[in-house]
Amino acid sequence: MSVTVIDYGLGNLHSVLKGLAKVGVAAQVADNAEGIASAERLILPGVGAFADGMAGLRRRGQIPALRAAVAAGVPLMGICLGMQLLFDSSEEFGLHQGLGFIPGAVTRIPTGAASDGTEAARVKVPHVGWNRLHAPAGRDWAGSFLAGTAPGAWAYFVHSFRAEAADPADVLAACTYGPHRIAAAVRRGSVVGCQYHPEKSGEAGLAMLAAFGAAPSPVRSAVTAAI
Amino acid sequence: MPLRLIPRLDIKGPNLVKGIRLEGLRVLGDPAAFAARYAAEGADEIIYQDIVASLYGRNSIADLVRRTAEQVFVPLTVGGGIRSIADIQGLLRAGADKVCLNTAAVKRPAFITEAATTFGTQCVVVAIETIRQGDGRWLAFTDNGRQPTGLDARDWARRAVELGAGELLLTSVDREGTKHGFDLEFIRMLAREVEVPVVAHGGCGSAEDLIAAARLGVDGLAVASVLHYRLASITALKDALAAAAIEVRA
Repeated sequence: MSVTVIDYGLGNLHSVLKGLAKVGVAAQVADNAEGIASAERLILPGVGAFADGMAGLRRRGQIPALRAAVAAGVPLMGICLGMQLLFDSSEEFGLHQGLGFIPGAVTRIPTGAASDGTEAARVKVPHVGWNRLHAPAGRDWAGSFLAGTAPGAWAYFVHSFRAEAADPADVLAACTYGPHRIAAAVRRGSVVGCQYHPEKSGEAGLAMLAAFGAAPSPVRSAVTAAI
Repeated sequence: MPLRLIPRLDIKGPNLVKGIRLEGLRVLGDPAAFAARYAAEGADEIIYQDIVASLYGRNSIADLVRRTAEQVFVPLTVGGGIRSIADIQGLLRAGADKVCLNTAAVKRPAFITEAATTFGTQCVVVAIETIRQGDGRWLAFTDNGRQPTGLDARDWARRAVELGAGELLLTSVDREGTKHGFDLEFIRMLAREVEVPVVAHGGCGSAEDLIAAARLGVDGLAVASVLHYRLASITALKDALAAAAIEVRA
């Protein structure tokens, strides 16, 4: 049972690694393509701007390895910016192409001040703080990394952009922010993402990391394979 | 969104310290131990402020951040002596979630924009340290209130947001450590006026002080003395806020 955390020059690697360590999931860091190719499970963490994130992955030659891993069904979890990178594109500081694992676009959360200036429609951006996770109607968290999470659980968000999934079925959990319904967690095949930071969401968040660490993987570690 | 209750820990060297108006510091102990206790009690975030870093041009507190992130799984904002993109990167990689800029941003406002475009605006907190003047204006200071900038605090706050600040931390230096309550007039002037979250700090002595400030529409309140000297627990403060119909994370 191990998770490889992708180092692409941005992101809070340390927090994710410490979170995994806290729940007993073995973890290593991959700052190149080879580490991704041999991974059982992958986490794409993220703090930073979208374009810098894609540039960091590209510079390290990690994108083809990521595509190959996803095609092989290796579980991949994107966190915050890492989740946004899973989508087709983002409009953060210009229009940028993403990894395209989940159809949809990343757009800025509207403040509501321009079009509809009513107090109810106005929200502050970035969306910073603790918000509750809800399952969209008809969605079930069973079998996902949220299987052990209670609906209404608190998670910590800090972001100015939101992912809008083209297929609503890809939205695993949502949160409400003023008039907005924001995709808090997404899942498409073996690719998942959380807009919030599980590694900063206390015990509930750590349990999500533990669940992801136990997700079935088609790749067996070298040690296991050798036995 | 629930109001965030945020213990603020002033750091000097390896120690948590506390002063009054950011002077006359007392050593209280290991910051990481305090942070871990606060997180366990329900702190919504933690702020570390290295209060002598910019004074001595010293390097950041990355080692302490790294040690803290091993045991604290709520967000951590780190400030003090941050002068470059590399400084920010070092702190984020050590486990910080946001950085708090003041002196470097005043000296070179474009630094705010550079930090925001590199790490995202949500990562960049700008501290507005103020002292209310005899003529009723609030002026901005740096170096924990030691260095006047000549900037009007309200103008500087708005400018910082335009430049890319994702959050403002308003510190009333003349209230800080006094436990006389927040500077409500200053908070009222800015809390709802900028489109980014606003966290107020300086002067909290009781749950009543928190309630009064929360009603002005701030997004977070930073607290130090009340918690460090165990005048109230985070649980008790949150209970009091909830009883006053202010939403908090249970």
